[in-house]
Amino acid sequence: MAIIILLVIALPVFTIVWKLFDSPGETWTHLVDTLLWDYSKNTLLLLLGTALFSAIIGVTAAWFIANYEFPLRKYFEWLLILPLAVPAYIMAYTYAGMLSYTGPIQTFFRNQLGWNTSGPFLDIMNIPGAMFILGISLFPYVYVMARSSFMQQSRNLQEASYLLGMGSFRTFFKVALPMARPAIAGGLSLIAMEVLNDYGTVKYFGVNTFTTGIFRAWFSLGDAGAAIYLSAILTVVVFALLWLETKQRGEASYTQGSNAPKPFVRKALIGWKKWTVLSFLISLFLVAFGFPIAQILAWVWATFHKVVTADFIQIILRSFSLAVGTGLFIVCFAIIMLYAVRLTKVKWLQTVSKLAVLGYAIPGAVIAVGIFIPLLQLDNVIIDVFKSLSFASPGLLFSGSVFTLIFAYIVRFLAVGFNPIDAGFQKVGRHVNEASRLLGFSDTKTLFKIDLPLIRNSIFSALLLVFVDVLKELPLTLILRPFNFQTLATKAFDMATNEMIAESANASLIIIMTGIIPVILLNRIIRTRKA
Amino acid sequence: MFKNIIKTTAFAATLFMMACGGNSTQEQEQVVNLYSHRHYEADQKLFEEFTKETGIKVNVVNASADELIQKLELEGENSPADVLFTVDAGRLHRAEVKGLLQPITSDVLNENIPANLRHPEGLWFGLTYRARVIAYSKERVDPADLSTYEDLANERWKGKVLVRSSENVYNQSLLASIIAADGAEAATAWAEGMVANMARAPKGGDRDQVKAVAGGEGDIAITNTYYVGIMLNDSNEEERKAAEAVGIFFPNQNDRGTHINISGVGVAKYAPNKENAIKLIEFLSQEKAQKVLAEENYEYPVNAKVSISETIAAWGDFKKDSINLAKLGELNSEAVVTFDKAGWK
Repeated sequence: MAIIILLVIALPVFTIVWKLFDSPGETWTHLVDTLLWDYSKNTLLLLLGTALFSAIIGVTAAWFIANYEFPLRKYFEWLLILPLAVPAYIMAYTYAGMLSYTGPIQTFFRNQLGWNTSGPFLDIMNIPGAMFILGISLFPYVYVMARSSFMQQSRNLQEASYLLGMGSFRTFFKVALPMARPAIAGGLSLIAMEVLNDYGTVKYFGVNTFTTGIFRAWFSLGDAGAAIYLSAILTVVVFALLWLETKQRGEASYTQGSNAPKPFVRKALIGWKKWTVLSFLISLFLVAFGFPIAQILAWVWATFHKVVTADFIQIILRSFSLAVGTGLFIVCFAIIMLYAVRLTKVKWLQTVSKLAVLGYAIPGAVIAVGIFIPLLQLDNVIIDVFKSLSFASPGLLFSGSVFTLIFAYIVRFLAVGFNPIDAGFQKVGRHVNEASRLLGFSDTKTLFKIDLPLIRNSIFSALLLVFVDVLKELPLTLILRPFNFQTLATKAFDMATNEMIAESANASLIIIMTGIIPVILLNRIIRTRKA
Repeated sequence: MFKNIIKTTAFAATLFMMACGGNSTQEQEQVVNLYSHRHYEADQKLFEEFTKETGIKVNVVNASADELIQKLELEGENSPADVLFTVDAGRLHRAEVKGLLQPITSDVLNENIPANLRHPEGLWFGLTYRARVIAYSKERVDPADLSTYEDLANERWKGKVLVRSSENVYNQSLLASIIAADGAEAATAWAEGMVANMARAPKGGDRDQVKAVAGGEGDIAITNTYYVGIMLNDSNEEERKAAEAVGIFFPNQNDRGTHINISGVGVAKYAPNKENAIKLIEFLSQEKAQKVLAEENYEYPVNAKVSISETIAAWGDFKKDSINLAKLGELNSEAVVTFDKAGWK
């Protein structure tokens, strides 16, 4: 069973590898000649710029919050995670709208102060702008990881550093930062994958990257082969990143000494230092969450009477049930696979089960290509079989159905549900299982009576995390959605691309509100783990 | 606990069925399946009206025309699509060349739609058209200095011209019309001259170009008429002010006329509901529907019996480039290559 799930999950990767053996068409040559360099350069720039920017703000914020005491510190701890609830593409529409000629900022300058601010000064629709948008919506990954690393670091080492006459700056760079490196790298690799997967932001800003290239090659130039070549390059890059990350994590293990770390005492900040730190954190929060949310609320206020109709409610319902459905599937699959691993203790099965979660690293557009093509072939075979038996054609059963969409979501988000459940199983340990077996219960009964109740919190968080990710998903949904099918994400995208940003805010607001719940939950989990 | 899990699952499954039910209950009722690039509120209203009149339900897949054509092609003879609705003749032509459309004959359509706005053999039909015009700053440009598209590449407009990316199909069709009128060489020179004259690298949509003129980033923008129409009637005062800052100029009035493009439909080659498809297209070509398209979306109706909205009527009548739109489709790929060579982003 576990093997079958695994094979199915790996389908898109197989398809892409398989198609690579077809010889490249004319489109590919045209792309190599004209655009490939542009795609590579932009993707790389975006990747590096976003990583650097989010590392700087994320680590700085984490350092202050982990080590110093100042007013409102406890609130900032979780306030700074909230930007994760705002998908990057929504951040992009919001900022573009805020800063546009008819947006509130330029309007204010023009009408109240008489300044004409049109021109490059407030222009955000370019590569640095995309770095900024991706950076402010993704930096919490680095922030969360760096913060917990700083908090776990032994006081002793830092105190030793102070005693040896190093200031807090040098302590930070020489002691704390190197020790937090694996955690920061972990956060950055998550950011890198999100950047490579992004379609909404770069498309809207007119920045050509591999993701937009896949869409262009497949749709504008009508060459699925060229799209697959691009996908393959992107997949190789992602796997290289993953490999680098595990490799460097493996090498960088810092020992802290065996005695328990001293209880954690934060240094109180006073005077100008307090105010500098406070104003940094306040502005970070406002820029990454406060301002965009205020703008979205203002737009919703102005347009909800036009947008929120019965149709819109239908879209909400559909998005939610799609997300719940996918979540349930993923949780079941994850339990089946992990339980199989748990029972058999076979080494290779453990390794193989790790492969299943690679889907999260593959950009949505690539998964869509990798799933649509084989399913369409399957459909055509089924139709041929029906026809040869002289039955009526059943039509295209899979491709263009909700089935395909959910399948693709499962491939992409299995990791999201897999990890918390894996952690849950590991925490429970094997002894209860063995006890249950000794008492004569079957495997299945043990699973339902013992394991599942014990890990129900993990199951719940898995469900919730998948739920939010499905709700936000854009590129894959755009390609695979069936007839009459809008989700909140595609609705927001459609409206924004049709130059109706204010109207799109209604769908955005619901996505963000739903996203906030697991973000807060996540913070709780981190806190309790710390305690 | 276990019971709770079952309960939750059952609840979610029911919800799920409810949500997906929409597309599996097509067995008995009359439907027409539409692949549409248009996502205007007005369209949705019209489809509801159509269902009310005929009892035929309209199913819509919204995506870009390129994606829809790709989908049609992959699905082949098993495609559920009946009608392809695009915002440009070039895409209809592409679908035609790929053999994705079938000819239909309808007296209603032939009567309602002028011959140059439909395919000679009935493979596709224009339902509305829009002109690609020059929006100039009322403050800084004397309209007497404006003449043709070709003139915008003239050095005296250096640093003044605003236009969106070449990825946009409206620009591709415009360049195709210039290739058809002036030849490939002159068209390449024009594209290069335009790039040299741009006030900034192309970005944003047509509305953004108009706003950039209002903001003083450049003096002249190329835009489709209905965008300005929408802006002039926007609920946001700033949008209205930006649109009021520009004047509309119809270029090439002394030669071939202003470039126009259609939003149009074709019946899919393997349409399972061909009769319904024709009914829908006929419905859209009739006065009632044409009026809605004209009034709510500020497009020019193809049906001569229908008057245009007041907003765009204020710009006056103009001479239209009468080239057969099929020709623009043929020249589309040449236009794309020309743009790439000229470095028009």
